[in-house]
Amino acid sequence: MYETLSQIAQTYGLVLFVIAFALVLVYALNPRNKKSFDEAKRIPLEEEEI
Amino acid sequence: MSQHMIEQNEGSSEIAVIGALLGVGALWALTTAARTVDPLMQAHAFIFLAAFVLGGIALGAHVYSGADADRRGYQFGVVKAGVIATMFWGIVGFLVGVLIASQLAFPNLLYFDTLPWTNFGRLRPLHTSAVIFAFGGNALMATSFYVVQRTCRTRLAGGMWPWFVFWGYQLFIVIAATGYLMGVTQSKEYAEPEWYTDIWLTIVWVSYLLVFLGTIWKRKEPHIYVANWFYLAFIITVAMLHIVNNLAVPVSLTDTKSYSLFSGVQDALTQWWYGHNAVGFFLTAGFLGIMYYFIPKRAERPVYSYRLSIVHFWSLIFIYIWAGPHHLHYTALPEWAQTLGMTFSIMLWMPSWGGMINGLMTLSGAWDKLRTDPVLRMMVVSVAFYGMSTFEGPLMAIRSVNSLSHYTDWTIGHVHSGALGWVGYISFGAIYCLVPWLWNRRGLYSKALVEWHFWVSTLGILLYITSMWVSGVMQGLMWRAYNSFGFLEYSFVETVEAMHPYYMIRALGGAMFLMGALIMAYNLWRTARGDIREKELTSQGAGQDAGMASGVTAPAQMGV
Repeated sequence: MYETLSQIAQTYGLVLFVIAFALVLVYALNPRNKKSFDEAKRIPLEEEEI
Repeated sequence: MSQHMIEQNEGSSEIAVIGALLGVGALWALTTAARTVDPLMQAHAFIFLAAFVLGGIALGAHVYSGADADRRGYQFGVVKAGVIATMFWGIVGFLVGVLIASQLAFPNLLYFDTLPWTNFGRLRPLHTSAVIFAFGGNALMATSFYVVQRTCRTRLAGGMWPWFVFWGYQLFIVIAATGYLMGVTQSKEYAEPEWYTDIWLTIVWVSYLLVFLGTIWKRKEPHIYVANWFYLAFIITVAMLHIVNNLAVPVSLTDTKSYSLFSGVQDALTQWWYGHNAVGFFLTAGFLGIMYYFIPKRAERPVYSYRLSIVHFWSLIFIYIWAGPHHLHYTALPEWAQTLGMTFSIMLWMPSWGGMINGLMTLSGAWDKLRTDPVLRMMVVSVAFYGMSTFEGPLMAIRSVNSLSHYTDWTIGHVHSGALGWVGYISFGAIYCLVPWLWNRRGLYSKALVEWHFWVSTLGILLYITSMWVSGVMQGLMWRAYNSFGFLEYSFVETVEAMHPYYMIRALGGAMFLMGALIMAYNLWRTARGDIREKELTSQGAGQDAGMASGVTAPAQMGV
């Protein structure tokens, strides 16, 4: 049990994390999201009352 | 207008649920007070009972006063209460900190052997919990309730639930604090409260999560601003950590004592998985939420890079959760797990510094504001301390460095550069912004007093951390020094004696930090009253400050 778990953590865990990080980079750097991020960063500066 | 109708029609059905919860709670407290043979449990049951009864009366008074009918606009009342609570608990926590720092320098100071609660061992968790959970927790709740409403452009969800969260959390603090003084503890660092206090906090915390999620759910703004991601990660992760680390079996339902479900090295690993993520998610992710809203707001320019904030967020939360084992170097924990904790700690350099750069570079093109606006300066220095302590932390997590630093004052110095510098200053900055906004004032009562606060406490922090670096490294070196015969060079008491001067410097530094907070409290109280310091009315600096503040409050007045 212990051996199996530590094996998984030390192999597949690493691969999984590299993939996850790559996905984050793809999402963040994708030029198609630029417009939406530019809008989002203005949110605190554009206050409106409700 | 139609939005107002919808918000008004949300109804007040939650009041019955909260009332029922308070009723059940009061019944439980009364039964427990009657049945228990444990005097500590009885004292706590009476505190719970009083709180639930008072809560019920307040809820009833609120309904009958008719105040509940108006549920339009932002819910800022609970944010105001949170700001007051933050300042109150902050001063209590700093004061107890100065007291125990002085007790370390002069062991008999205010210690009476007939009064066990004056002992360092009972006061120390009072200090740590008061500053982390009471001061920091209230700062996070208040700012998160403000930021989520502003950035989602909608009223806080849940009607009276936010008030339940606020008062429920204060009750948790009172129960935890009185417990430490009476000697109720499960001896887990930063998780000292016993099982029944933990259950109460779970109820409050899940309510907090639901209020926050509900507000995001009904947002009028399509984007979820990055500050809300950090707040949400903080709330969810703290819920998970709190529940798992506190899994325990009470001796009986009327006894304060419980036993952890884990034992030995599993218990240690669970505790430090919790403990380090209390740093990572409570003291970092949550306060980064403050940074990502209040620094752009105060500097009047958007965050430097939104892309970087996304990479910052996901890499920070994915990496932090694995760093805990660095607290267990050279223990029974398997070596690969220690190495894993160390490696992930070093990887944290990347997101931490990415976040620091993102916060600092937000000021690019507006650096001159650091000269004229002490509030912004405080927040920028806070981010600099964030960078410094998150550089130092991974360094101390390296096994060979840890062999010198662990169990010494170096750790205390490191923690306080993060706690006083980063957490303290970003919270102070946010509160200096919030008070004029919430109380509809043109600006702060006095900018000169903010300058005093800034310089007195910055000097205090520097005295604190430099004395602890010297003391800690010296202590570590003395512990590992051998003489030519292979015996230890120094006895333990010799190391204590050598540290005495540094302990006095540390206590002085802490006292200066406390003094700064007292100056702040006075300034905020005068601000809330609507005063402006006469001397500053005519000066140029005050004009700038007022101009900046009126730019912020103008839309608020339009809305009214």
